[in-house]
Amino acid sequence: MNPFLDYLLTSIPLGMTFLFGCTGEILTEKAGHLNLGIPGIMAMGGATGCLALKFLHNTSCPPALIAIISILAAFAGGIAMGAIYSFLTVTLKANQNVTGLAMTTFGVGTTKFIMSGMATDAMQYLYALDYFRFPFAESTNALKYCGIMVYLAIIIALTASFVLTKTRVGLHLRAVGENPATADAVGINVSLYKYTATCIGSGIAALGGLFYIMDYSGSYEAYKRIEELGWLAVALVIFTLWRPHLSIIGSVLFGMLYIAGSRIPTLLGIKLDISATPLLQMLPYAVTIIVLIVTSVRKKRENQPPASLGLPYFREER
Amino acid sequence: MDKQVALEMKNVSKYFGSLAANKNVDLTVYRGEILAILGENGCGKTTLMNMIAGIYYPDSGTISVDGQEVVIKSPKDAFRHGIGMIHQHFKLVDLFTAAENIVLGVDDGGRYNIKEVNSRVSEIADRYGFNIDPKKKIYEMSVSEKQTVEILKVLYRGADILILDEPSAVLTPQETDKLFDVLRRMREDGKSILIITHKLHEVLSISDRVAVLRKGEHIATVETAGTGTSELTEMMVGKKVELNIDRPEPENVTARLEIKGLSMTDADGIKVLDNVSFTARSGEILGIAGIAGSGQRELLESIAGLCHPVTGEILYHNPKTGKTEDLRDKDPVAIRELGVRLSFVPEDRLGMGLVGNMDIVDNMMLRSYRRGNSMFVDRKKPGDLAKRIVDELEVATPNTRTPVRRLSGGNVQKVLVGREIAASPTVLMAAYPVRGLDINSSYMIYNLLTEQKKKGVSVVFVGEDLDVLVELCDRIMVICAGRVTAMLDGRNTTKEEIGLYMTKTERDSDENKGKESAQ
Repeated sequence: MNPFLDYLLTSIPLGMTFLFGCTGEILTEKAGHLNLGIPGIMAMGGATGCLALKFLHNTSCPPALIAIISILAAFAGGIAMGAIYSFLTVTLKANQNVTGLAMTTFGVGTTKFIMSGMATDAMQYLYALDYFRFPFAESTNALKYCGIMVYLAIIIALTASFVLTKTRVGLHLRAVGENPATADAVGINVSLYKYTATCIGSGIAALGGLFYIMDYSGSYEAYKRIEELGWLAVALVIFTLWRPHLSIIGSVLFGMLYIAGSRIPTLLGIKLDISATPLLQMLPYAVTIIVLIVTSVRKKRENQPPASLGLPYFREER
Repeated sequence: MDKQVALEMKNVSKYFGSLAANKNVDLTVYRGEILAILGENGCGKTTLMNMIAGIYYPDSGTISVDGQEVVIKSPKDAFRHGIGMIHQHFKLVDLFTAAENIVLGVDDGGRYNIKEVNSRVSEIADRYGFNIDPKKKIYEMSVSEKQTVEILKVLYRGADILILDEPSAVLTPQETDKLFDVLRRMREDGKSILIITHKLHEVLSISDRVAVLRKGEHIATVETAGTGTSELTEMMVGKKVELNIDRPEPENVTARLEIKGLSMTDADGIKVLDNVSFTARSGEILGIAGIAGSGQRELLESIAGLCHPVTGEILYHNPKTGKTEDLRDKDPVAIRELGVRLSFVPEDRLGMGLVGNMDIVDNMMLRSYRRGNSMFVDRKKPGDLAKRIVDELEVATPNTRTPVRRLSGGNVQKVLVGREIAASPTVLMAAYPVRGLDINSSYMIYNLLTEQKKKGVSVVFVGEDLDVLVELCDRIMVICAGRVTAMLDGRNTTKEEIGLYMTKTERDSDENKGKESAQ
């Protein structure tokens, strides 16, 4: 196969890890909440998904059902994390940055704890994986990772895009993130929208963690790398200017940049010292900073973050 | 009488803590009439209207719509009964189009289709003579366009009873006339319009009846045709007040501050000040009139050294040394030491000048912390000053250790202006010092400014109430979009004239220049 095409196809599944996290974070940010807990939430998603496997692998439950249950478990784990975050930031109006960072620390730590209790017989849980890879499980080499979760990621991103731009719910959600006082005045339940968007967003992000552990890497050890991938998902939100449909392409690009260290030298036929790899892994952040600079210079209102992002909403302040 | 009652309030009271915002108010509104709600600041006009609009819930009393007693607990309830309120501060999402803002929160069960909304909005706009593009984004709109969107928002929801909270506060006289035409058309259409205002001439020109409130109580409702300014004023303030502001002739006038050809561009590259030239003289009050955001803020900030103009000169004639200095070379501290004082009262009052969480004494120290030889700050002198300001200006506060944030708007402004005056300035700049103040507090501020003028201070007063500018200032400079469009004599001008210059476009004034040079 063409080495470049192979490179691209390998990047797609990796990119989907970012895409889940990114779509979830976009929904949260559109409600005006900056959730920096995304890395922790993604890790927790992986952990709760694996936990479901642990309890179900010895039962008579059919493998396909186990796969579905673990996806649901990951989603539920994300919603639980989102609910904690929303309670702290929406109801108690805690500082969103601090709360988010705490959620990351909490999520990553808890994941370590859960996963360490699974180490001994972990490999056998992962047999449910084959059902994730439906329907092209055994096709060509590079496409082998494009299982059901890849399609799910794209479908969720497109749905999110549709909901945000074309529906009444999306209009209301964007209004909440732009100007909650206005939304409140026209009778939109601001807290409900904030809670719902944050919880569903966290649930979607959590699927990214499950996908990375069980589908993309197929190794329980993979949980150790979720945190750094989670930060990339947050960066991707800025890179795609809060547009879920753009983040599909953005996530693949981030995937390509992330593995550029091992691929580009081969493509170009040059030899690169292994110590240079971490430098190349910084590329997605560098690109994000460039996008930030360009959008700040151009100052187009449509490309700016939601106006009340990060600000708690107090009804009494008029 | 064939007049049909649209809304009736009986014995409505509302308390905030032990303070009565409204006490046993009775109010009747008919179909097809414009009712003005008149009263001083803080007399409970807005609270009363908020109870009809569902923002507040009355503690006692009843509200009925079309003869049916109703319970209005939220703005949604109000809409259900056909009541809509246009707030003074617009509640619009900047990034959305007009139509998106109008349809926001409306769930008619049908599919969401923005094209249909666009055409319905245009239809309503045409019916009442509004001029609006439903696809235009709010952030591209002027203030009067935004107000139009707010009114359409209410009409779109099918409101028959419209409440407008000080609709003319942000408009030029010409825009106000246009708005009033639209309101009259709505009245003919059978809608009931309640308009909150404290501008008497507006009451007389637009309303059918006037309801006067004083200290939360309903004083009377009278037919507009059978009343006049003095009677309404008397009802409003309880006693006859002298509306005239004391304006002594300026004495020993010398040029104090000379601005020559000042130009400035903002971060977007738009000219905010365009070749501004004027002279501020000692012993007189120079008023600056203009629509909010026409460059007033930038002008005052460049004089105070807080921002840096691109070209031009700011010459200061120092009365102590007789020398002339260019303020552009100096930093804000040096400018303040020269006696140029900016008591800038921006929209959020506390934003510049005072720190909300600090008490009055600490806020005094913001201006004096550099003094003294010890490494420790001296709280005694600022403490004395704080006490003096509280006593002399009648600041209502438990003590001088109360955080400024907890004071009411008027008292905050008194503290700010008091501090700047205490430094015996040679130039005193005050922007919107009476915004949000009641009549008594406003007059106290006006008197303070006049006193400073008598002491030979050059006072620069940026105001929004044209009536006050005409009564208070010796000269009035009008600016529009960063350009000086007129310099008028305060004693021989009218606010209509000022209003005209406030909206002068660039082309108009170029034509004027042509004429002037031809003469």
